[in-house]
Amino acid sequence: MLGVAIAAAMLLDMVMLATGMRESFRELLLSRGFELRLAPKGTLPFDTDATIPGVSAITEVLRRNPDIREISPVMGASIHIPSGNRDVSGSALGVDPSVQGDYELLSGRDVTTADAIVVNDYLLNQLHARVGDTLNAATGYDPQTRTYSGQQKLVITGRVSFIYGATEQSAAAMRRETLEGMSGKDKRDRASLFMVRVRKGADAERVRDWIETQLPNVTAISIATALAQVDARLSYFRQLAIILGAVSLFVGFLLVTTLVTVSVNERAGEIAVMRAIGISKAHVVQQIVIEGVGISFAGAILGLGLGLVTARYLNTILSAFPGLPMAIDFFLFQPRSAWSALALLIASGIAAGVYPAWRAASLPIAETLRREAIA
Amino acid sequence: MSGTIVSLHAARRDYALGAERVHALRGVTLEVARGDYVAIVGPSGCGKSTLLNLIGVIDQPTSGTVEIAGKRVDAMSDREATSFRLHNIGFVFQRFYLMPILSALENVALPMAEAKVARETRQSKAADLLEYVGLGDRQRHRPSELSGGEQQRVAIARALANGPLLLLADEPTGELDASTGAQIISLFRRLNDDGTTIVVVTHDEDLASAARRKIHMRDGRVVGA
Repeated sequence: MLGVAIAAAMLLDMVMLATGMRESFRELLLSRGFELRLAPKGTLPFDTDATIPGVSAITEVLRRNPDIREISPVMGASIHIPSGNRDVSGSALGVDPSVQGDYELLSGRDVTTADAIVVNDYLLNQLHARVGDTLNAATGYDPQTRTYSGQQKLVITGRVSFIYGATEQSAAAMRRETLEGMSGKDKRDRASLFMVRVRKGADAERVRDWIETQLPNVTAISIATALAQVDARLSYFRQLAIILGAVSLFVGFLLVTTLVTVSVNERAGEIAVMRAIGISKAHVVQQIVIEGVGISFAGAILGLGLGLVTARYLNTILSAFPGLPMAIDFFLFQPRSAWSALALLIASGIAAGVYPAWRAASLPIAETLRREAIA
Repeated sequence: MSGTIVSLHAARRDYALGAERVHALRGVTLEVARGDYVAIVGPSGCGKSTLLNLIGVIDQPTSGTVEIAGKRVDAMSDREATSFRLHNIGFVFQRFYLMPILSALENVALPMAEAKVARETRQSKAADLLEYVGLGDRQRHRPSELSGGEQQRVAIARALANGPLLLLADEPTGELDASTGAQIISLFRRLNDDGTTIVVVTHDEDLASAARRKIHMRDGRVVGA
């Protein structure tokens, strides 16, 4: 039974793994309600250092489409902050706080003034700083001469959690104009990314097509496009999950077949007597198959608990991969996954029971009883 | 007694045992009348159980004919034979082979459920049968909670569930001590007195002596009746 439970747990984990990361990514993309992202032509958001010039002009163009509700240009840059005699570096986002979709404020206040900065807990710990402290932040640092460029005094006004941030990643956000000012002339009126909300009921794909027609220097990525790209990148995980899931199902099938075979062999006399007193072959098979399903079901229930514990443990390990957003889960529990695993196990229980059951029910009655009597 | 219920004519049964051919029955001709109580006796391996299996329609003769209540049963399909056994034959074996997860009442009701007898009718009839075999107070007990003698009495009640034409028993006292065996012998006697036709295969002299008629077998042949 433990073997069946382990196979069931592995099957559940593999079903969760096959769909979990994609679903988790979808939830992440949808979490702030931005259906479209605009990146420099041919790139993914923040995939390269490339930026989109002409933020004001692009915003003007986008506002012309009545299906577009909100536009949030985001500037990305590196940030360097001296702390004691060392340099603490991280990533910084320049945002419009009224429409930003990159972080959640945990405490304090948002970047309502030009000298405000909000930081995540990891950066706060690196700096041994607190909300209210003033930082001397810079966008450039030369480690040879230990000199900073684009430096500005900023006050930490709040603690935030970055939605797309990795576990051990120092990150901060400030107003976009502040970051532009620190980054120099080259980065004026530029954005690394635009996030776009469409009106309720509008077709995001149509808006995406419209944007690409109007703005040839950007790539517009809808949730569906992003998921297709994620699918392509995660195909290895999915294939691995499908193979391991199939192996677990097969192992479960073999275990149930073995258990049912051992059980019917032990009860060959009992089965022969059932047949002798007039119980039909079909009913004997049905009874044995029910036992197989019962074993699978009990294994599945045990396996569900075991699978969830294992999935949580493995998720903790895999989520610690550098550069992965904290909100991404490799193993995402969805009732559909549990039902799928249960349905597969019950189907395999039925399949596993049919052959030994049919064999047992087809044994010659007289011969079996004679053998049993001798035994 | 009126009429013949079992009729075998020149019944042979051969088995392949590895490369050898075993002649378990070598042309048995036999009749059992309705209401009779017959004990088949003889040394081990003489073909007693094989003969009982042919009468019980759980085996078929290599040649010859077997008729039960005027119906040829020697060439029935598996489905026909199963249905025939369900409605016409009651079996009692040396080992009781009760369903361990079912109560005594449920074990007795099992053949009736297969025969699609209504739930209430089978519950009530199973209770009556258990009462008849002296286990009216043990209906809810599982086989593991019953003694060997009690389990055999449940098996007898199960064999009677669908009102069979014929009750067949293969060494029914073989696993019981003398006093429990005596109770089963007495129960068989009572059943026969109440009109049940019984054919029993046994080594038990007491059980054989309780029968109205003894058939002696040796080397696959009937040598005396």
